[in-house]
Amino acid sequence: MEISTFFQQLANALSLGSLYALIAIGYTMVYGILRLINFAHGDVFMLGAYFAFYLATAIALPWGAAFIVALGLTALFGMGLERIAYRPLRDSPKISIMISAIGASFLIENLGVVIFGGRPKSFPSIPLFDTVIHFGSVSVLSVSLFIPVITAVILVIVLWIVNGTKTGLSMRAVSTDLDAARLMAIDVDKTISFTFGLGSLLAGLGGIMWTMKYPQLNPLMGFMPGLKCFIAAVIGGIGNIQGAVLGGFLLGMIEIMIVAFLPELTGYRDAFAFIFLIVILLAKPAGLLGKNQTVKV
Amino acid sequence: MKRNTFLTIGALAVFALFLTFADATLGRFTIRILNLSAIYIILALSLNLLNGFTGLFSLGHAGFMAVGAYVSALLTMTPAQKEMNFFLQPIVPFLRHVQLPFLVAIIIAGLCAALVAVIIGVPALRLRDDYLAIATLGFAEIIRVLITNAQSLTNGAQGLKGIPKYSTTWVVWGAATIAVLFMLALVRSSYGRTMKAVRDDEIAAEAMGVNVFKVKSTSFVISSFMAGIGGALLGHMISTIDPKMFTLVLTFNILLIVVLGGNGSITGSVIAAVLVTVLMEALRFLDMPMNFMFIKTDGLPGLRMVIFSILLMIVVLYRQRGLMGNKEFSWDMVFGLFGRKNSAQKGGHS
Repeated sequence: MEISTFFQQLANALSLGSLYALIAIGYTMVYGILRLINFAHGDVFMLGAYFAFYLATAIALPWGAAFIVALGLTALFGMGLERIAYRPLRDSPKISIMISAIGASFLIENLGVVIFGGRPKSFPSIPLFDTVIHFGSVSVLSVSLFIPVITAVILVIVLWIVNGTKTGLSMRAVSTDLDAARLMAIDVDKTISFTFGLGSLLAGLGGIMWTMKYPQLNPLMGFMPGLKCFIAAVIGGIGNIQGAVLGGFLLGMIEIMIVAFLPELTGYRDAFAFIFLIVILLAKPAGLLGKNQTVKV
Repeated sequence: MKRNTFLTIGALAVFALFLTFADATLGRFTIRILNLSAIYIILALSLNLLNGFTGLFSLGHAGFMAVGAYVSALLTMTPAQKEMNFFLQPIVPFLRHVQLPFLVAIIIAGLCAALVAVIIGVPALRLRDDYLAIATLGFAEIIRVLITNAQSLTNGAQGLKGIPKYSTTWVVWGAATIAVLFMLALVRSSYGRTMKAVRDDEIAAEAMGVNVFKVKSTSFVISSFMAGIGGALLGHMISTIDPKMFTLVLTFNILLIVVLGGNGSITGSVIAAVLVTVLMEALRFLDMPMNFMFIKTDGLPGLRMVIFSILLMIVVLYRQRGLMGNKEFSWDMVFGLFGRKNSAQKGGHS
């Protein structure tokens, strides 16, 4: 392989990896606080993209405004989802909550098919994001340069919220022990709601960036990225924000590089993530940066 | 006790009579729904064994069904049909001339699914709850990707057409009856009790000397065997299979049946399987173009699934026990119901 091809693939891997990382942060936050796989996270991701699409085309907002309003709507949607589908089941067996999450995911996907139509839509072009930039023989879409920057900024902001603010303190408290947190006069419901809002906002941002990079929307677009970003979060150590970013980058790198070096495996691309997940879970069940938890009787 | 046995045998005889009558007189479409219900009963029971009786949340059912469906199809198709299907790449030589009797083929199909379950179960069953769910979902997805790419073995994305239609009414309902009887016996055996013990409290069960991993893997393998047979019967009924059939949506449908019928209720799964299958066909009109008086819609594909997802969520949110809870249908329950009504009426009159 030529060195320029390698750099080209490296650039692709970096932008895909940071996109995975961005979505995985939201996943890991929600899991960290509720110990629940939000199966609907990928569908919230899809909704973020569709909100932005309709705001930019049907209402003809300038794209910047459309993105911000779309993020707000996605965050509200995430909070509503938690309120309706997860809060009533907080004390139920885990299987019930997971079934509810799967039901919510299917509901959103199929409502998406009914409301948005099953035919893929294409996002109007935004010059800032879809110019092709050349570095020697390596050419990348400009959005691929923005995504790692955005992910880095988001990582810093989220780490600041979690470690440096009072809300973050209560988030950590709820995540450690929900009942004890309630006894310390922490408004548990509000904290969980906030976490869901923030997580969904990040999913929405991921969705919008995804459509900038792969400019097509369809109601089922969130399924695979949703699963893969959950895998990224698990690989990094679920509940750990830096871990989610690490997992996202690793996953992006593996997917792109295996296909680049072994093109005959292209058809198996979607299986890599799962194989990687299973290997990691067997070797290091708590993920790369996670802490091992022992079950107390 | 004697009365109940008598009633059960009577009810089964009436049902057998009904099947004979239905098979002879009803149209093809109705019979298809009837037979589909039987297949869904097998599938729902196999998922219920994991979900309801052993407390393992698995989302990999579609994968095992795919294995069963493909194995059985490839073993029973005639060499000429295989030739016709595999036009992109010839089929691997060892399958080219194989043609086995149906019964042997579906049992091999079930065994193959069970073998895959052994391979998958060893790593996956060390995981718990949501990790297990994701890992099994992942394995199902890997199986699907493998089937799509193994062109000379499975004909890849084109799928297989012209699978012999061996799934007649008697075959599928016979299989469903065996499945129900087997589950009833299993659940009441000491093995069934250890499964429930693992479901209710894994640590306590382990402390009581239950080999948790062994119980879990046995349950996983049995469940996959049944799923493989269910998948094979499905393939022999619709006579066309392709990898796109076996996605999470299929698992979701089965999960819906299990939850609706009651996690851990065999009779609940049976009732819900029939109910959901009939409902799924009855609501098919929702996806079609509609025309009410003045309002015309040009078909909203997905609306049917919206209704089913809402149904699932309502059950989970408001009636987690489903139709039957973890109880079983019994004649005493029916008489109890009538008895209470009668006494209530008497009370009202006096």
